[in-house]
Amino acid sequence: MKRDNTPLLLVALFAVVALAGPWMPPWALFILTIGFAKGLVALGLMLFLRAGLVSFGHALYYCAGAYAAGGLGLAFGVSDVFLMMAAGGAAAGLLGLVLGFLLAKYRGIFFGLLSLALSMILYGLLVKNEALGSTDGFNILPSTFFGMRPGQQWLRYLVALAAAGVALGAALLAHRYLKTPLGRLAPAIKDNEIRVEYMGASARYAIHVMYVIAAALAGVGGALAATTVGHIDPDMSYWTTSGEFIFMAILAGTGSVVAPFAGALIFGVIHTTAYDLSPNTWQMFLGVSLLLLIFFLPEGLWSLFRRRKVT
Amino acid sequence: MDQILAVLADGIIYSAWLFIAAVGLTLIYGVMKIVNVTHGSFYALGAYAGVSLTGAWIARGLPVEWSYAVLAAGALAVSLIVAPLIERGILRFMYARDEVVILLITYALFLILEDTIKLIWGVNPYFAAEPYALLGSFEIGGLPYPTYNLILVALAVVSGGGLAWMLQYTRVGKLLVSVIHDPEVSRAMGINVGRYYLLTFTFGSLLAALGGSFTSPTVSVVPGLGVDVIVLSFAVVVIGGLGSLPGAALGALIVGIVRSICVHRAPELELFVIYFVMALVLAFRPRGLFSLAEPRKI
Repeated sequence: MKRDNTPLLLVALFAVVALAGPWMPPWALFILTIGFAKGLVALGLMLFLRAGLVSFGHALYYCAGAYAAGGLGLAFGVSDVFLMMAAGGAAAGLLGLVLGFLLAKYRGIFFGLLSLALSMILYGLLVKNEALGSTDGFNILPSTFFGMRPGQQWLRYLVALAAAGVALGAALLAHRYLKTPLGRLAPAIKDNEIRVEYMGASARYAIHVMYVIAAALAGVGGALAATTVGHIDPDMSYWTTSGEFIFMAILAGTGSVVAPFAGALIFGVIHTTAYDLSPNTWQMFLGVSLLLLIFFLPEGLWSLFRRRKVT
Repeated sequence: MDQILAVLADGIIYSAWLFIAAVGLTLIYGVMKIVNVTHGSFYALGAYAGVSLTGAWIARGLPVEWSYAVLAAGALAVSLIVAPLIERGILRFMYARDEVVILLITYALFLILEDTIKLIWGVNPYFAAEPYALLGSFEIGGLPYPTYNLILVALAVVSGGGLAWMLQYTRVGKLLVSVIHDPEVSRAMGINVGRYYLLTFTFGSLLAALGGSFTSPTVSVVPGLGVDVIVLSFAVVVIGGLGSLPGAALGALIVGIVRSICVHRAPELELFVIYFVMALVLAFRPRGLFSLAEPRKI
């Protein structure tokens, strides 16, 4: 049996970020941090994709996590990065647990449409909420670490390091989860759900667990994005945000837990450079890449690295 | 009493607009089983074509009375060019794929069209309010309403009624119904299913473009116009049942009236309530209010 070297790869990537970080310019650290934040969301979507589900509303949890973290700051003046991430993850996970009872029944197009409706409900509520700044959103307090406020030059690095650490932890856990019987059910559900049931497993339970995991991941990602950007607004829950996450997940493919982070990072780089070069055509670039991916690389970029099986 | 009248009037006008925007979506889903995100792009394309053609028409000093025909011509022009291009060029290779994959394809096409619009028309807003201003206004319960809104209501009734009539009484419509029920058997019976897919996609997109072009005199046409329309028409169509024509009408009426009540009574819930109704319907009747049970596939 082939040795599983994904954990090793993950730790090595983390070490690279930790060592190279102090020499990176602030803008690069910013892109990297946002890449980790959105990668967490894409990781959740990857779990869905393995089961053949596409959520057109996962931005719901991204936004819920960000507003939970931001609300903590508004109400209690909390600005600790780890506390915010914990709050975002917990709030989104709880929301996912509740909504999961409903959504775990749905498949195919209806799963996508119901999650879309739910995310638009949050958007509709936030847009009209004066206390939370309606369409403008509100600013987040500058990040702190265990009560300390690092200097400007270290702040970006430390946030990036915290993001990398959380991403590492999440990726390792997700990797373990994919090896459990529950995690292995997902591709089986995609192939033939009824046979899964005949086998004695509950597809609904497996999807519910997956849903809560994906929601919590997105919540942590949202909180991380909130503290990195320093501002949150209801657009985080709009359907186009969900569309971007789907793009990242499909770009990367479902081959490995590293893939969603790579997808999010590539998306961030494309977004930044294309937006700089020609702001009016970057969506077109995204659209064309998505079309080409679906036509020619349906398993995502990650499939390029996989060694072909010898037959 | 006056308020009830106002709520009803607003609701019906908004429902009419929603129905025009959404009816093409339900037609395309009904025949082709595609949840078509590009629908919003066609709405935006129609709006841009309508506003620039009308603007040019009026700038030449031609009679404003004819600008309604110009609006329709604009919608017709863009949808007859772009829709067949998309259907023949891309979608027809994907019919064998999963519904969700086709949804992603149309999402990619939506992104491309969104920027194409920006490349053609730029990012500045366009106005051509003359067709709107020409008709003046009338009063219901002491509140003035622009007469132009009646055109929207008429357009909704004509497009919905016309579609229903076509499906029931014409040869094309009857053949289309057979394609809806079973494309494979229809093909075996000698119906050119590919041609009906092309026809449906073009006609459905034309309806979206008409919605856009007839809305264009009432708003300023800006980039991102179609983005909201997509989710709104999804909500309408899902409430009524994907692929159902009476469903789309009912969905539009429900959303229109409920939203209008909210706007008058609790304006902060305006957006929330639309998607809340959508989620509620999906939770209890996932296939919408007008739908039949579907057998589970093994």
